Amino acid sequence: MNPAIQGLLTIVIGVSGCVGYFYFSNQLLDKVLFPARGEHAGRNINRANMVRPWLFLFPAMFALGLYLAYPVFETLRLSVTDRDANDAFVGFANYQQMFGEAKFWEAMRNNMLWLIVVPAAATAFGLLVAQLTDRIAWGNVAKSIIFMPMAISFVGASVIFKLIYDTRPVDQEQIGLLNAVWLQFEGGIGSFLFLQVLPALILLSFAAIVAYVGYLYVRPFVDANESPGGPLMSAFRIVVGVAAAYFVYLALANTLAVLTIELPYGEPQTWLTIPFWNSFFLMVVLIWIQTGFAMVILSAALRGIPEETVEAAIIDGATPIQIFFRIKVPQIVSTIVVVWTTITLTVLKVFDIVFAMTNGQWETQVLANYMFDKLFRANDWGVGSAAAIIIMLLVSPILIWNVYNARKEMS
Amino acid sequence: MANLKMTDIEKVYGGNVRVLEDINLDIKTGELIVFVGPSGCGKSTLLRMVAGLETITSGTMEIDGLVVNDVPPAQRGIAMVFQSYALYPHMTVRDNMSFALKLAKKTRSEIDEAVANAARILQLEPFLDRLPKALSGGQRQRVAIGRAIVRDPKVYLFDEPLSNLDAALRVATRIEIAQLKESMPDSTMIYVTHDQVEAMTLADRIVVLTVGQGIGQVGSPLELYERPENEFVAQFIGSPQMNLLPGEITATGERTTVKLEGGGVAVSAVPTNASDAGLKVNVGVRPEDLVETTSEPLFEGNVSITEALGEVTLLHFDRVGNQDAVLAKLPGIHAGLRGKSVKLSADPSKVQVFHGGKSLYYRN
Repeated sequence: MNPAIQGLLTIVIGVSGCVGYFYFSNQLLDKVLFPARGEHAGRNINRANMVRPWLFLFPAMFALGLYLAYPVFETLRLSVTDRDANDAFVGFANYQQMFGEAKFWEAMRNNMLWLIVVPAAATAFGLLVAQLTDRIAWGNVAKSIIFMPMAISFVGASVIFKLIYDTRPVDQEQIGLLNAVWLQFEGGIGSFLFLQVLPALILLSFAAIVAYVGYLYVRPFVDANESPGGPLMSAFRIVVGVAAAYFVYLALANTLAVLTIELPYGEPQTWLTIPFWNSFFLMVVLIWIQTGFAMVILSAALRGIPEETVEAAIIDGATPIQIFFRIKVPQIVSTIVVVWTTITLTVLKVFDIVFAMTNGQWETQVLANYMFDKLFRANDWGVGSAAAIIIMLLVSPILIWNVYNARKEMS
Repeated sequence: MANLKMTDIEKVYGGNVRVLEDINLDIKTGELIVFVGPSGCGKSTLLRMVAGLETITSGTMEIDGLVVNDVPPAQRGIAMVFQSYALYPHMTVRDNMSFALKLAKKTRSEIDEAVANAARILQLEPFLDRLPKALSGGQRQRVAIGRAIVRDPKVYLFDEPLSNLDAALRVATRIEIAQLKESMPDSTMIYVTHDQVEAMTLADRIVVLTVGQGIGQVGSPLELYERPENEFVAQFIGSPQMNLLPGEITATGERTTVKLEGGGVAVSAVPTNASDAGLKVNVGVRPEDLVETTSEPLFEGNVSITEALGEVTLLHFDRVGNQDAVLAKLPGIHAGLRGKSVKLSADPSKVQVFHGGKSLYYRN
């Protein structure tokens, strides 16, 4: 049969099947099971109306049960059995084996890195773009362009970025954008300023900002004009202070390293094989895509802030920066949380980008790709399922929190 | 604690939409000035120009002798109470009130004292640690006023502060604002409203703004009521609005006699010159100033509808030609007058005469 006709036939059968299901199941309910006549007409109508919602819910619940709930339990079962030994129960042996693998911990560490960097960067960029394009004539054009990557699949985006990171031998023309830029630096004073002094300055300002935030949190302990709050708040303040001190130390130490490093000028780099940094090159792809999502949601939230509260703050003497951080952001904080957690969910499941760009080589492995590796390449059903369960355990609390916040947002 | 002077203030939007022009006002220290006017007259815009939320297209605005055209809002020494309260929803009442002081880097003890003081005046002490969403409309409005008080501004600006409250609360809050003003006799206040009752009860002086023709009149509430400068103010102040009856001056001198087109004869206390005889004028008389008479009437007509309100009865008369229907407000209950012919006259001192829209009382 011609595939077009086959497709058409599927649509016709599917749609008429759906319509038929709802029509005939309702007919059955109203005419046969609880007919609205006879001595119990009133009671029958009430009963039919109590059953009816379940008629409508049944197809969705059935499909979700078959394709979502059942696989969870089946995966759980697979993760504690050995397929090769006739489905024998092996307890946590699969998990033990997995925890013993360096590749698993590499995937775990990379996933955590993704988890910290991508949602933070995407939300921050999204918020920044939303605020900056608000009330600008060409703001909508800018927003449309930034939103565009959302329409590209992760694999498509990976292909685009693979070209950006592409490497050719020294004697050939570089087609990769990053290498083309890189080769412009020849080790002169310009290169030193741009690749060593500038990053050092960025690190230093990062250290300054972190130090200031830490100081703001610790200040109540030394300033009589402020109270540190309850014991919980005090503890939190100390934690923030210590964390800030640690980050300041890291930034300062790295500043020195950046200033003294000897860069391999003139050699095209194979960016995706540089351990540790290559993970960040992959993250850029996801940030590039998710910024548009964050921007659209946060832009709508910013528009929803009552204009008068901003005007009242202007009269109260707040600067634009203060208005943004102390009036606007607190009012949309629940939306920011929803955006953040939604991106976090995407990040935890990230697979396509790593699969298409490095396939987990050069220390870029992530959990989802590790699972795919075990399950479908090594055919190790036990360990693969165990990895899937670990991902589910990581995603579930964030998912629940996300749904909770989204519901709170809507009410 | 400050006077405010506006000279030739003008506001033009987008180069051609002229909202305000020729605004000249001198507001003295300690005055409560009310801006009233129909919607679209620019009264809120003018207030926002005082606040610094709108730019001034041309003219100068002075607070305490200092031109503030380019001074940012926070440094003008003003505080504003918004129609929608504009409380910061994520801050407690205390934080809402202390926000401005924190930004101004006041010490903790100064802030606490100012907030405690404002909370005492406005009876907000029990609510200081609540969020705005846990307060009623009236309480929110008091917090908004408290936020203004803590800053100890030279000029208070109120932008229709009562229009989001229900009728009973509106009366109560109006009285609270009047008491607040009394307790701070030195602070200058500007109050924008479209509600005449608020204007008449609160104002030391009222500024009536017209749509596109600048200020209609500035004066005390009773001046505006008894001696309106022009037909616009005459009809804007007072409810139901003043009757305007066209006619022609027939006798001049200490008093003026006007023969009305509807057949009546009006006598006004406004003095006129002999040369005014034959002038086409409009006679203005308020419905509540019309009384029943048996002698020569100012107006005679058939009652088409009566509205008995108990203390007064409104009489709507049949239209004559294409004039507006005449209204009279008689004390007591007169439900039986419907369909009957009634003769009415008025005290000459309460009869206004307008020529070309301007009152003859203000001719000099």
